[in-house]
Amino acid sequence: MKINDVILKTVSKAAVLIIFTFGIYLFLSGHNEPGGGFIGGLVLASAFVLLFLSHDSETISDAIPLDFKKISALGVLIAFASSTVPMFFGQPFMSQSFGYFDLPIFGKTELATVTVFEAGVALTVIGVVVNIIFSISEDE
Amino acid sequence: MMNNIILLPMLLPILVGVVLIFLRAYGRIQAWFSIGVMAVSSGIAFYLLEQVQANGILRLDFGGWEPPFGILFVADSFSLLLVLTTTIVATIILLYALFSAGRFLQTTYFYPTILFLIAGVNGSFLTGDLFNLFVCFEVMLLSSYVLLTLGGNKRQLREAIKYVVINIVSSWFFLVALAYLYGAVGTLNMAHVSVRVAEAGQGPLLTTVSIIFLIVFSLKAGLLLYFWLPGSYSAPPAVTSALFGALLTKVGIYALFRVFSLIFYHQPEITHTIIGAMAAITLVGGSLGAIAFNDIRKIAAYNVVIAVGFILVGLAVSTPNAIEGAIYYLIHDMVIKALLFLLVGTIIALTGTAMLNKMSGLMKNYPMLGWSFFITMLSLAGVPPLSGFIGKVLVSEGAVESGAYGLLTLALLSSLFVLYSLLRIFKNSFWGETIVSKEDQVPLKKMLLVPCLMLVLLTVGLGLGTELISGYVTDAAETLLNPDIYIDAVMGGGES
Repeated sequence: MKINDVILKTVSKAAVLIIFTFGIYLFLSGHNEPGGGFIGGLVLASAFVLLFLSHDSETISDAIPLDFKKISALGVLIAFASSTVPMFFGQPFMSQSFGYFDLPIFGKTELATVTVFEAGVALTVIGVVVNIIFSISEDE
Repeated sequence: MMNNIILLPMLLPILVGVVLIFLRAYGRIQAWFSIGVMAVSSGIAFYLLEQVQANGILRLDFGGWEPPFGILFVADSFSLLLVLTTTIVATIILLYALFSAGRFLQTTYFYPTILFLIAGVNGSFLTGDLFNLFVCFEVMLLSSYVLLTLGGNKRQLREAIKYVVINIVSSWFFLVALAYLYGAVGTLNMAHVSVRVAEAGQGPLLTTVSIIFLIVFSLKAGLLLYFWLPGSYSAPPAVTSALFGALLTKVGIYALFRVFSLIFYHQPEITHTIIGAMAAITLVGGSLGAIAFNDIRKIAAYNVVIAVGFILVGLAVSTPNAIEGAIYYLIHDMVIKALLFLLVGTIIALTGTAMLNKMSGLMKNYPMLGWSFFITMLSLAGVPPLSGFIGKVLVSEGAVESGAYGLLTLALLSSLFVLYSLLRIFKNSFWGETIVSKEDQVPLKKMLLVPCLMLVLLTVGLGLGTELISGYVTDAAETLLNPDIYIDAVMGGGES
């Protein structure tokens, strides 16, 4: 019997968009307010998981042709490599700095190097969570 | 000058490990990369050890946050000796892996996981923050879960379930102990905790917290709570069990030494007496286990247990001699347990069985292997001039000085049991009638013997060259016995 899941699919399409936006907001608000790479990554990962649940995993894997194992490895690499950079400038490992820049649309914006580190964390979390769900769902 | 270099023994394995994930299909390249990074790390560890002798303890404040506010790495002689030994032993074990691991292991994230395991071990040795110690423990344990299950035969999975459950429970205890400690003294920086504990006096509450730490680290070290150890150390392939036997319990032992010499050293009549009693029972239980089984992997695993008991006798006694002896023995044990597990793994690979009564007369077939095993046996029993001797002598001297004759007797008796248990293997498998004719024997890859012989050389070298490392060991013991040296280096502000 084929399940009629039109409602689920339609709602999840809208929900995924909202969750993505919220995840990115959480990620960016990271270092001064509640949020950050870990929690942002978890929310983003939940959007992916919702996609996998509402549609079948083959469709989504075709649409997003990414190897999530590699993504988590890439995340770890970004996080550690970005922490290593200060070592080449005579600063301790994991030193961070920030500055204010005038950007065309946003106006005066604070840009911090910690965002790169957080991006690595977020990618790692997304990769690991999606991977876990994937391995469980593959198991017959 | 920046001390960023302290971080490298942990950072390099992680970075290379991550890169290796992208090189999944290329087993041999992964192996060479891993061997290379381990060799480089051991070079760095040696350089740091020299630096510490010249300039005193080094520290690195992550992100420039000064203690007690930030997380930091602290490198003293004790940590660095262990990091150095770890990286050297890991290099040699990886060489064995290069020659022995099958295609399956090579392409299933085997090498990255080993590198992450080493990173966790090195991080645990170097960190100066208790919560960071917990994190490094977890890095190490997660990797060990993967290594234990890799290959996925029934026996491995059965042991892995026990191993994972026990370690998760003990990690939870670790967190609880950290929470209690943080609640009581308001800091997790080891040196700062030590200062606060000394100021407040180690009352009943703090002593209780220290006993929770004791339970946690005993589970990891296999002190008294070793019931999980023989099973899980004898299940995985030779390379993995060599890594486990050489490194994992040592991290627990290191944590016990650090915590009970730096932080909770005010009530030795309670804490150190308990450690002594636990060590005594461990020695008895390990000795009985070592002679009870016919499975040579089990015998080797119980030898790990005996060594844990022996080293902890040194901490229980805590005289300068005993601590020095324990450090010597710790270094010796990393080398010799790696060797023992590699040899046992090789024997099993050659005979196709782990049962003592099914093998005989291997000496004729594989003389080199036989003599390597013979030297291993002597070294484990503490026969001079091999590396086990000096540690045993000093620990025994310490026990005599403080009048702990009970512990002394057990420690010396356990050496006899070690000798007997390994003699049984030697007598049954190497002596006796050769049951496999020259034509039928499984050929022993010459290259597999190279890593074993390197470890044999190392145990002989450590024994003959005790003088060469005695300076480092004395310095390490002095820092352990005088917490103020460590505290000054961390809390002394100024430089860095």
